[in-house]
Amino acid sequence: MSATGIGAAVRRKEDIRFITGNGQYTDDVVRPGETRAVFVRSPHARAKIKKVDVSAAKAMPGVIDVLTGAQLASDQIGSLICGWMIHSKDGSPMKMSPHPAIAAETVNHVGDAVAVVIAESQALGRDAAEKVVVDYEVLEAVTDPAKAKSGPQIHEVAPNNTIYEWSLGDQKAVEGAFAQAKHVTTLNIVNNRLVPNAIEPRVALAEYDAGTDHLTLWNTSQNPHLARLVIAAFVGIAPEHRLRVIAPDVGGGFGSKIFIYPEEVVCLWAARKVRRPVKWTADRSESFLTDAHGRDHVTKAELALDENGKILALRAHTIANLGAYMSTFSSSVPTYLYATLLSGQYDIPQIYCEVDAVYTNTAPVDAYRGAGRPEAAFVVERLVEVAAREMGLDPADLRKRNFIKSFPHQTPVIMAYDTGDFGASLKKAMEIADVKGFNKRKREAARNGKLRGLGYSAYIEACGIAPSQAVGSLGAGVGLWESAEVRVNPTGSVEVLTGTHAHGQGHETTFAQLVSERLGIPFENVSIVHGDTDIVQFGMGTYGSRSGAVGMSAIVKALDKIEEKAKKVAAYMLEAAEGDIEFKDGQFTVAGTDKSAAFGDVALNAYIAHKFSGQELEPGLKETSFYDPTNFTFPAGCHICEIEIDVETGKTEIVNWTAVDDFGTIINPMIVEGQVHGGIAQGVGQALLEGAVYDSGGQLVTGSFMDYAMPHAHDLPSFKVDTTETKAPSNPLGIKGCGEAGAIASPAAVINAITDALGIEDVPMPATPNTVWSALQRAKPSQAA
Amino acid sequence: MPKVSMTVNGKPVSGDVEARTLLVQFLRENLRLTGTHVGCDTSQCGACVVHVDGVAAKSCTTLALQCEGANITTIEGLAKEDGTLHPMQEAFRENHGLQCGYCTPGMIMAALDIVRRNGNDLDEHTIREQLDGNICRCTGYHNIVKAIAAGAKAMA
Repeated sequence: MSATGIGAAVRRKEDIRFITGNGQYTDDVVRPGETRAVFVRSPHARAKIKKVDVSAAKAMPGVIDVLTGAQLASDQIGSLICGWMIHSKDGSPMKMSPHPAIAAETVNHVGDAVAVVIAESQALGRDAAEKVVVDYEVLEAVTDPAKAKSGPQIHEVAPNNTIYEWSLGDQKAVEGAFAQAKHVTTLNIVNNRLVPNAIEPRVALAEYDAGTDHLTLWNTSQNPHLARLVIAAFVGIAPEHRLRVIAPDVGGGFGSKIFIYPEEVVCLWAARKVRRPVKWTADRSESFLTDAHGRDHVTKAELALDENGKILALRAHTIANLGAYMSTFSSSVPTYLYATLLSGQYDIPQIYCEVDAVYTNTAPVDAYRGAGRPEAAFVVERLVEVAAREMGLDPADLRKRNFIKSFPHQTPVIMAYDTGDFGASLKKAMEIADVKGFNKRKREAARNGKLRGLGYSAYIEACGIAPSQAVGSLGAGVGLWESAEVRVNPTGSVEVLTGTHAHGQGHETTFAQLVSERLGIPFENVSIVHGDTDIVQFGMGTYGSRSGAVGMSAIVKALDKIEEKAKKVAAYMLEAAEGDIEFKDGQFTVAGTDKSAAFGDVALNAYIAHKFSGQELEPGLKETSFYDPTNFTFPAGCHICEIEIDVETGKTEIVNWTAVDDFGTIINPMIVEGQVHGGIAQGVGQALLEGAVYDSGGQLVTGSFMDYAMPHAHDLPSFKVDTTETKAPSNPLGIKGCGEAGAIASPAAVINAITDALGIEDVPMPATPNTVWSALQRAKPSQAA
Repeated sequence: MPKVSMTVNGKPVSGDVEARTLLVQFLRENLRLTGTHVGCDTSQCGACVVHVDGVAAKSCTTLALQCEGANITTIEGLAKEDGTLHPMQEAFRENHGLQCGYCTPGMIMAALDIVRRNGNDLDEHTIREQLDGNICRCTGYHNIVKAIAAGAKAMA
């Protein structure tokens, strides 16, 4: 392994600009004559808009225009859409409501836009926004997903606020298996609603060039091409070839920046109207109210086992809250990204899952780090843990008894696991976590008045999203391949244009490691380009831990073509047959001779084209590949969490965290470990701290960092992170993906540890000190303070 | 509009600002020093931390006019003219203490203040407790804590 090749912990290229303050995030981009957009947002969760009076606002200093939903409608700007069709059990299509970028008739959640002020500065815009008078007829709202079906109907298209009633699996077979079971474990689970909270708030900046009739949008996007496609083809702002979308440095995404948002549409529309650039920068309060939230499932789950602890079947019913409107991929999250993972790491003969997706008067809910898979892992890993405790079995033993041990393995819920070694990750995690010494540590903790608990989470997920034909058959409106263009310059340096997008993942480094190793050129001579639809060929963006498995595979395929073409050029240069040219460590050599040419010389010759005629061989050295994976990838592993609870305060402290993950091939272990750390922190946040709370009237009670508990440094321990490896057979590099594993694994590990310590299972997330203390009072009054 | 003058990264600067202009707006919009970021509106996230007369301050909660005559250091002022990185910047890179980079300028400026207050030999507990005013959503803090300990040592 070279110092910068595959497997090396290369320090990141992108860091230099970030640590010196030279990053270029969307809000750092300033266009000449730029104006600022300030939105007037609904303070009500559900109301009829009777009148919007903008006259006073228009008269305010520095105001260029004030635009309303009625104008948006009269300009025939289309609705935002959800791009994944789900059909209900009865065959009917999902009930997608219109989603105008500015509401004209009704508002459906607090924060829904009703008007936008375009002003010379943000401050002047805010002053004017306060002068917009909206006459609302306030209507009854519903926010609790469990009560949505009986609540007031939000959208005309969706009776009972039901978007779909979907199912997966063989219900009859599952019922049969439950009838045979010796033991059934039943859990009622609320997977708490989360706010993604990337630290960079969303920003949109739009500029119209009247001379060329082109629009440009700078935005905080994980997938600028997809934004352009949706805005062009569905919203209808401008055709694709006259719309450029640029996502420069993006300050974290975690899913929330996949989606196409109203503010992007409005800035584009307004920029063309006022003939000046229009920028909107969310403040954190707006982020809380309008970013797509995550999770929000209410589930009843059951596990059937025989007398030996062999799992016979799993059954789940989930109500998924999709909020007031269907966000871009919202329909897929509680269905194909959730129920398909309910087999976990286990050989479960029968699984049946029903999912009812509902509208409520809350912000839209869509993919957030893990997206469906954390919810599935939580269901499976809580069921298995509780089943073991109820049956008096060791939780690790029960897992081992049921692990899938041979591959490929077809689960009853679509997924065909291609490789893995679940026993190996469990074993390694148990060793690192010193599970053998746990009882001793527990006794010591008890002497100090602390309750100590240990929890496992043996998770699996599906990444490398995804084979286009497969997702198409499941309702996706897009293909999920990825593209790469490798441009070799005449001097032998290389640019790679990737359709993925980085917002913290370090693609500029890992992708360069691959190219450097493959072409035998210095790491410094490789640049990675992404995030601009005018420069980069169509690509699908970054989410679902897909950039390595799919995006880098596309680069490999393009590099294959580069090598093939370069060999032809080298053959002319070395006056040899093409079949005799070998390529290794950056040198093209005629087999069995000492005649060779360096990669840089071949690149130059490809461009000067003096050694061959243009009729024999095209000049130049640039190749493109569109790579479609053959299967999902299946990262899996085992996390073990050890906690201590202070019985006087109910505060949980994580004293030990062990993660052993199988990500297949690892390009840069430093970056992979960082991804695991961050994922665990978000999962621990879900388990212990975070929860978006709406009151029954639809006000977001947790609307700032003062009310919504983000994990801080002192809430978390240092993590012990290790790996096992089985290579993914479905892509040329053997990569499985690492971006979401931590967030998928960790909530169940934490709650399994807390319930182990308390000896009771009914501990909801987030397990705040108050929650844990209250549980302690209910369960063991003798232990309580 | 009132005029404000201060020294930023060693250079005298001045500008006409509305009285309500925040220091972070003056830095970002008037001086185009966009390394200082805004991540919240309630002074929790710390992406905006700069040094005012050598002490860490949240520039999103400081009026520009309050800084009349003050000496301000931002992330852009840490590396030497020749591009040599400050040891704390170097430590963040070496320890992978950043991912998306958005919270990083504030983290580094806050880290320097932790060193100023506590010296160069920092234990994990001290660093974690004293980072309370800064939020990172990417790293889980693991490598930030390592970076600050290493950077503090390198500054000794």
